[in-house]
Parts: sequence; structure tokens; C-alpha cells
Amino acid sequence: MYSDKVMDHFKNPRNVGEIENASGVGEVGNPVCGDIMNIYLKIENNVITDAKFKTFGCGAAIASSSMATELVRGKTLEEAWEVSNKAVAEALEGLPPVKMHCSVLAEEGIHKAINDYRKKQGLEPWEEKNPHPHEHEGATCDH
Amino acid sequence: MSMGEKRTVYMDHSATTYVRKEVLDAMVPYFTEHFGNPSSIYHIARDSKKAIDMARAQVAKALGAEPDEIYFTSGGSESDNWAIKGVASANLKKGSHIITSKIEHHAVIHTCEYLEKNGFEVTYLPVDKYGLVDPADLEKAITDKTVLISIMYANNEIGTIEPITELGAIARKHKVYFHTDAVQAIGNVQIDVKAQNIDLLSLSSHKFYGPKGTGVLYIRKGTKIDNLVHGGGQERRRRAGTENIAGIVGCGKAIELVTSDIEGHNKRIRALRDRLLAGIVAKIPNTHLNGHPGKRLPGNINISFEFIEGESMLLWLDDEGICASTGSACTSGSLEPSHVLLATGLPVEISHGSLRLTLGDVNTDADVDFVLEVLPKVVARLREMSPLYKGGKNGGCNVQ
Ligand SMILES: Cc1ncc(COP(=O)(O)O)c(C=O)c1O
Ligand code: FES
Repeated sequence: MYSDKVMDHFKNPRNVGEIENASGVGEVGNPVCGDIMNIYLKIENNVITDAKFKTFGCGAAIASSSMATELVRGKTLEEAWEVSNKAVAEALEGLPPVKMHCSVLAEEGIHKAINDYRKKQGLEPWEEKNPHPHEHEGATCDH
Repeated sequence: MSMGEKRTVYMDHSATTYVRKEVLDAMVPYFTEHFGNPSSIYHIARDSKKAIDMARAQVAKALGAEPDEIYFTSGGSESDNWAIKGVASANLKKGSHIITSKIEHHAVIHTCEYLEKNGFEVTYLPVDKYGLVDPADLEKAITDKTVLISIMYANNEIGTIEPITELGAIARKHKVYFHTDAVQAIGNVQIDVKAQNIDLLSLSSHKFYGPKGTGVLYIRKGTKIDNLVHGGGQERRRRAGTENIAGIVGCGKAIELVTSDIEGHNKRIRALRDRLLAGIVAKIPNTHLNGHPGKRLPGNINISFEFIEGESMLLWLDDEGICASTGSACTSGSLEPSHVLLATGLPVEISHGSLRLTLGDVNTDADVDFVLEVLPKVVARLREMSPLYKGGKNGGCNVQ
């Protein structure tokens, strides 16, 4: 069901944990199935120097958190903002359609964490692209 | 986590079982030598006919029924569909009200929902926190328009065994047909359709060491029921389709074996199950046993681990060779948590962390030891990753 890459990131997740005094924290919940993801960012000179996560969710959610934190490390906030759930899914060599919403959670978490930082800095938060983050691709309910 | 020698521990017998050797041996000749269509008149067909008669007698004996009350089907789903739709449409003159429970298998629930769309009224009885239907609730729900009561004998997820004898007595008192889905129960409880006032009963052979794709519907003589599968005159004109002879033979042999020593089987499986459960509870804090402590199938454990999600647990267990299942939303296809766990009042996030281990004949003490070694590590690892887990008994959601 899952690609080798997903299984790798699930079994050996990168960046598990919290960052003390994080520059930005994104706490998001998955409206589709009720899971929770927390993203912690350390930001120095507009660059993400560390990213960590804690996730309560399925294998795809854990792998997406792991991959998303990997992808944003070392990026400027502008670059990190552009890391989409599709990019996360692609980096994981694909997710089953019913699991695409789990990668949305990761994108959302990164956005929330960046905006949390911006607010703390007294900056205008950026507009989140997915105010309603359920991307229902394949996640229809009929079994 | 160590990835030592690979072994497989199958603890998902409620999903399906392997076919027993004796069962397979009984089936094989009916694929090759005795392949004749039982409806034909030549001698090789007579062998097929005889084999089906024998299987029918075996099933009848296991249920306390008469052989001509036994109908072979393609499995539990067809049997449930037939019982419900068949009785519903044949008794329209009396009424169009059906009573079932909130914890039925989807083969019953979705069939009832289908009938609702077609004008029937369905009452879904609630269950208590253990998953038990209250007979008093059933009695209250019966009206003069009620044509069928369908309550499962034992639940497939949490293993709770319903008070079928009492429910059957109530149904009889009010002269309403009583169907029970006994797919999970057979071989674990003594069933007597006459004494228990059961009018219709569903079975599925792949749950009791028989082949997949073969099931049974017991229909008490005199029950008004329409056909579901129309066509040829098989099964005494009630269920069309050339018989799955090998499957039927296997079903008969399997039910004979599984009901030959229910007590002995239960004792062995229950001892393994109880040791496994005690070990899990001793080694892992913040758990919640789902289902009834005593009134449950001997091989069933359904336990929730707080702060973690079931699919990720299954993936890890599978990686270690352990086959199990969960009621988590993340594996359900519909992304809804188990309707059974929710009906017992379990909060969504605890339903998410449920694990079902169902033991069967292949399981050994060594299997129990292995699960007790692996599972605590898996749970601990996932808890470390969980934002809900604050590292202590008081963190996160505090359901006891
Ligand atoms: C209680 C119950 N009823 C019905 C079924 C459906 O049986 P089958 O798979 O043979 O259609 C199952 C199997 O999952 C079950 O557990
Ligand atoms: S987190 Fe629930 S399906 Fe992925």
C-alpha cells in the first residue's frame, strides 16, 4: 500500500520531537479523520535552521511530517511557504489517494508555524491557501 | 527496534482463518473427480448431490436444525442480505419496520440502510459501554408493524456476546421473526436454534477454518421469506446458482470439526488470550479494554492505547511479523472510526488507538510471548512521537 520511501520515513522518522523556545509552532488537526500534527520551527535570519514534529496519526501522516520537516530545513521562509502537500507526497514517491489529506496536514502545519513566527515578529501573517484543508481526493466515504 | 529473525504471528482470526488440512482434504476430490453438476442425473452428479446432502446434515446438526432448513450461500454477506431483504419484502402486508443494533456488521447495517431508502423504517438499538443490547430496549422498540429483528450473536470487533436466548424469547413472544448473524459466534458458543427461538441465522465458512466464498442461511421451516438470488432451482428453489460443491463440502466438514469440542477449544484459546491480555495491561499504561470483560469471544482482545493511532501501530506490528487489525479511522476507507467502538461511547481519539487481536487454533504460548515482547516497544515508540502524550499517566486525554 505504501511506497518504500513512505515506509522508510515512517519507520525511521527524521526530526521527531519538540524544539524548546521554537521560533514558530504550528498545531493542526485533521478534520477528515481526527489526527493531530505539531510542527516546531527554529528560524534564524529568515532561514529555517531546525524543524521538528510530533504527530498522532497514520503511517502517511508520520511519513509526511518527517518528509515535510526535511524539505523545509535550510529554506528561507518564502521558499518553505511554497512546499506544498503535493511536493511532500512526491518526495515520498506518492501516497495512496485516500491518504493525500495526511500530507495536507503537513503543509498546513508548516504554514501555521511560519505564521506563528511572523505574528510573534509583529509581521502580517501570510494568507493560508487552504483555509479548509480537507482535500477530499479519494477520501470519499463509502465502504 | 530489533529486526531479528522473521516470524509470522497471525492474530486476526476474526478477519478470516486458514483452511484446516482435514477440511481441504475433504474438499479436493470435489474439484477433480466428483465435479458433476448436482442437478444432472448421471452417476458422477449423484456423488455431488450426496456430498451436499451430507454437508447440509453436518451444518444442521451443529445448529440444532433440520437439514431442510439449511441453505448454502456465497458467504456471510449474502446470508445477511437474504435474511433481511427476503423477510422484509415477503412480509410487507404486516408492516415495514425492522429492528437491529448499532453494532452490526456492515452486511446488516448497510442492508438496513438500503431498505430505509426504499421506505422501510429501521430502529438501531443502542448498546451499553460493553457493547451489550438491553433486551428491555428490544421489547420497547417492537410495534405491530415490526417484521424482523436482527441482532448479531457475537460482535466481530469487540467480541461481545449478546443475550441471544433472551432476545429470541422476546421476539417469539411478540411473534416477530428473529435473525442473528452468528458468523463470529459459531464454534465459540453452543447454538441451538430451536431452544433459542432463532428463525434465521447466518454463517460464513471462512471464519471457522473452512473455505472463503461459502456461507449458510438457516431458515426455520414456515418462515415467510422471498428469494434473493433468482434463477435455477437449486437449494430447493430458494437460492439459484450451481452449487459450490467443494466449498459446501468444506463448510460441512469445518463446522463439524469446530463444534465437536467447543469447551476444550475455548479453554485453550481463552487461557492464551487471558495471558496475553494480562501481559499487555501489565506492561503498557493508559489502556482501555473494549468490549465486555466476561461475555466475549474466547479469542478476542480489543484494546485501545491512548495517545496513538491504530494504523501506525499495525504497520509496525506487521513489520515485526504480527498480523492484527484496528478500528482506527485511518484504515477504515471511509475515514470514520469504527461504528462499533463509537456505539459503546468510546471517544473518537481512543477509538483511533484500538487494536484487535483475535487468537485462533494456530496460536501458541510462544506467539503470546512474542507479542508481549514487541507490542510494548511499538506503543512506546509511537507515544514518543505523539503530541498527545505528555510522558505520564495524567497527560493527554484521561479516559480510564
Ligand atoms: C459478523 C460478520 N458478519 C458478516 C460477515 C461477512 O461475511 P463474508 O465475508 O463471508 O461475506 C463478517 C465477516 O467479516 C462478519 O464478521
Ligand atoms: S492521519 Fe488519518 S488517514 Fe492519515
